[in-house]
Amino acid sequence: MADLPGFGSMDLDDRGGPHVFVYEDRRSVPATAGLTPSQTVGPFFAYGLTPGTYGYPHAEIHRSELAGGVQPDDPHAGGGYVPGAGTHLAVEGQVFDGADVPIHDALVEIIQADADGHHARARRNDGFTGYGRYGTGSEGPNGDTRFRFRTVKPGATGPGRAPSITFIITMRGLLNHCITRMYFPGDDHTADPVFNQVPPERRSTLVATEIGPGRVRFDIHMQGEKETVFFDL
Amino acid sequence: MGDIRNGRSWSDMPDTSFPDYRSTSLRAPTQAPVRLDGGWDDAVALTPLWPRLADTDADLTVNGRVNGDPIGERIVVEGHLRDEASRPVSGALIEIWQANASGRYIHREEIHPAPLDPNFLGAGRCLSNADGSYRFITIKPGSYPWGNHRNAWRPAHIHFSIFGAGLAQRLVTQMYFPGDPTLPYDPIFNSTPDAAVRNRLISRFSMEETVPEWAHCYKFDITLAGAYATPFEEGHDHG
Repeated sequence: MADLPGFGSMDLDDRGGPHVFVYEDRRSVPATAGLTPSQTVGPFFAYGLTPGTYGYPHAEIHRSELAGGVQPDDPHAGGGYVPGAGTHLAVEGQVFDGADVPIHDALVEIIQADADGHHARARRNDGFTGYGRYGTGSEGPNGDTRFRFRTVKPGATGPGRAPSITFIITMRGLLNHCITRMYFPGDDHTADPVFNQVPPERRSTLVATEIGPGRVRFDIHMQGEKETVFFDL
Repeated sequence: MGDIRNGRSWSDMPDTSFPDYRSTSLRAPTQAPVRLDGGWDDAVALTPLWPRLADTDADLTVNGRVNGDPIGERIVVEGHLRDEASRPVSGALIEIWQANASGRYIHREEIHPAPLDPNFLGAGRCLSNADGSYRFITIKPGSYPWGNHRNAWRPAHIHFSIFGAGLAQRLVTQMYFPGDPTLPYDPIFNSTPDAAVRNRLISRFSMEETVPEWAHCYKFDITLAGAYATPFEEGHDHG
């Protein structure tokens, strides 16, 4: 794979040290401009947004490894991150359409806290960024359609909150992106403030399945009886 | 920060299920998204850590060059990223991708019989500046046919992926060009019901910013949701 000239370096921005941000309450801020509407990501985003996972010869700025711990025999190894603290975790799954056919052109993004429940706010020595991307169908038409992330199990981000990973899904045929949240089997979700707002009969769509030591599967169903819960965020 | 977010502004967004755009039929969720009364965590309003980008990442006439200049009309695409309170959104990741001048993407599943340009990749990216501004140099994309319905043509467009301060400021959209005769026939453009709202997706030709002897300029200002999420460095006056 040739590196195209000038197309990005992988240096993480050091941001010149810690910033302290203040977030304002939306209710005190009057809206003065109309929002730009969403549009579909379309079928051809791969070479721009996930060039590495689809094998396009461009420098990739997002990876599917959020922290170290990639297994030596993992064909998707090569993230280059030093191992971070925590329990190494592989998250995989597929995105299914309304005919239960796995989707080969979905953009899957995840956001999560580190093992201690902290979101990454500045560059860290362990390389943990808390953000990852994967394009399904990255192994071509003859490959499978799984997404795969290598990360650490996140910690709870606050009292009562169950550990979770946020997923943002977009694809051809979606005019608005979808946001959901993956919870872990075996954790206590009873006090989680988001889980508790989901109708009880649909909560199971948010819980991953353990498929091996340090491996969970989280399938996303766009439609049907198992339609995944998405959130209005 | 508290738990503030309480849903998207759906009146500004396309219909999720839009039969005229056929691909929605098996892919658009059938159930309304669950509206939350708070409860998420800081990820709602936290800008992910983006890598440092090269300046040439934002110049699509350079970043795919192999042995010459790409073919087509060179243009400048620039604008400001703001929140709905009209405040600049800085440090947001803006990624674009597009067809080349003849309406062909390099994507390997693209089958439209139009020529590839060996010197044009069609993808670029930048971070928005402190004042929310951004600027790309590229080639004006061509229109191309697609299989949605008989004689379906996508208007010339540039795809935008924007990630600002957290989940509330995630936006994937498309920029169109003024005066494009195919816009009234495009179901994707027309998926946003209100004409005044969807017309926000049409860039504006700017003679003021057009670079003499060099390139037309199209202005595309983008307004993201989540005014509450736009971070301000402590100590700054943000009235």
